[in-house]
Amino acid sequence: MIRESGGTRRAGISRQILFYCALVLVLVVFIFPFFWMAFNSFKTHEKILEYPPAFVFAPTLDNFKNVLWQSNIVQYTGNSVLIAFGSLAVGMVLGLPAAYGIARYGHRTLALGILVCRMIPGISFLVPWFIVFRALGLLDTYTGLVIAHLVITVPLITWIMIGFFEEVPVELEEAARIDGCSRAGVFLRIALPLVRPGLVSAGILALIFTWNSFLFPLILAGIKTKTLPVLVYSFMTFDYLDLGGVYAASTLVTLPVIVMVLIVQRQFIRGLTLGGVKG
Amino acid sequence: MWGVGSSAGRVGKNKGRGMGARKAEIRPRPRASSASGFGLSRWVDQHISWFFILPAVLFLAAVLAFPIIYTIGLSLFRWSGAAATPPAWVGLGNYADVFSGDPGFRNAIFVTTYFTGVSLLIEVTLGVGLAQLLNREFLGKGIARTLLILPVAGTPVALALVWRHMYNPSNGIFTWFAEVLRLPPQRWLADATTVIPSLILFDVWQWTPLIMLITLAGLVSLPADIYEAAQIDGASQWQSFWRITLPLVRPTIVAATMLRFMDSVKTFDQIYVSTQGGPGIASQTLNLYVFDQAFQYLHFGYASALLIVLFFVILAGNVALASVRRGQA
Repeated sequence: MIRESGGTRRAGISRQILFYCALVLVLVVFIFPFFWMAFNSFKTHEKILEYPPAFVFAPTLDNFKNVLWQSNIVQYTGNSVLIAFGSLAVGMVLGLPAAYGIARYGHRTLALGILVCRMIPGISFLVPWFIVFRALGLLDTYTGLVIAHLVITVPLITWIMIGFFEEVPVELEEAARIDGCSRAGVFLRIALPLVRPGLVSAGILALIFTWNSFLFPLILAGIKTKTLPVLVYSFMTFDYLDLGGVYAASTLVTLPVIVMVLIVQRQFIRGLTLGGVKG
Repeated sequence: MWGVGSSAGRVGKNKGRGMGARKAEIRPRPRASSASGFGLSRWVDQHISWFFILPAVLFLAAVLAFPIIYTIGLSLFRWSGAAATPPAWVGLGNYADVFSGDPGFRNAIFVTTYFTGVSLLIEVTLGVGLAQLLNREFLGKGIARTLLILPVAGTPVALALVWRHMYNPSNGIFTWFAEVLRLPPQRWLADATTVIPSLILFDVWQWTPLIMLITLAGLVSLPADIYEAAQIDGASQWQSFWRITLPLVRPTIVAATMLRFMDSVKTFDQIYVSTQGGPGIASQTLNLYVFDQAFQYLHFGYASALLIVLFFVILAGNVALASVRRGQA
């Protein structure tokens, strides 16, 4: 980079080419299963079963039509959306003040306690929850599933937002205090509007995690509240009959996630590294 | 000096009257001036930090601490989960069963260690290598980064279904790849000897990007002048990677490894969807074994004992990794 005699420049160019080849290879490897998922969802069941795998074929939308009209996908998508947004909303109400409290007033031990949630496998909540939910009649209810997913969203939102609240200049809040604003008012009227970008990323991350969640609804949801991943999984039962449906359903459940990732991008990694329980 | 900038539109109504002058006197004792009311509202205002944090903490305590205590309690009983038959006290009997050679448990420990150990090793090595490769300016860096997030963010159930079919021994695309590459025919997930390597490949595909992106974030923050100094001293690129880069990003790598370890032990969706622990119990991790014991066989007491063990396995792994971090950072 520093020296640029003729020989090293030529070496530099071939290194560049080598680098871009490696880059393309890496990207192809990591994107291929997504490509294959979408690609196969336009094939008929018979075409998917072909060996060697078919790369040229007449695309069909039948799989999507079948999935949309012949399964309860619309209802279950509604369930997924409802549960995702429900646990997002309650997660914000609980998580935002907590994040602000930790960022401004310390309470580091409690913050670590919230982080411990990340360590515990989802299955460890499920046994006791299942028993208690059954006793309370919360199985197969939206309330029950929102409560369950709060275990994902509250720590996630709290831990992402601590960072954003810490970036709000204390001077602004002190100024408002001098003008007679209460501490709660400072939080609501000064800090919260300033962390709006963080709210968007934390919110979308929470939505992705809840959307992807499988283990909780697998056990706690029933015929009424089943979510999309559980439905997609149930397609597997007859995958020897309708692989097209499996691929189409997989594509449909993944699409919103891709859109959400495009919105948050880098914040996604930040969110993953700071908190949240998965499955 | 206030650094208010454009972002503070809402504060504008405070008109900034003499705030600079008063700031100095309020800072040392912010509480003393908090009188925005009297009596109750004042008390609330002074203890406001608890009002901020307690709802979340109490909620999590209710949904977390309670299950943990309940699980510890239940692990001392034998119970099928049926409301009609109350749990039967067995004391530490469940734990005795766990450790006195339950073959399912021993298998699960082996599978978990194999799966987690090997995939973690590959993911960290590959992730750090790729991060080193991508730690430069190049065309389409933003796009590449976004694309690499997709395996991490994609719905695990959907990805597992796709991988399951890609591994199909008779018409999966991996079977075809193996044929094109003149490899011996593979049965992938369908064979007890190849099922875990196949799952590891899936896991490596899904999570290497995470390790890579975390490490990349650490690499970007390294100061450039050390490398210039090393170059002047005649260090080769390889040397500066081993002697400078690696020691400096080690804390980041260890943190990423810990994170991955916690999630790896918890892996459920991917394995449950693609193999359900099979063939036989060849890919039944501790997590899936607990799931089966609880929700397949309804051995709630035994499953609870297993959960406690699982929790200590994770705790021990993290303590070990944390001591690596402390010892070498």
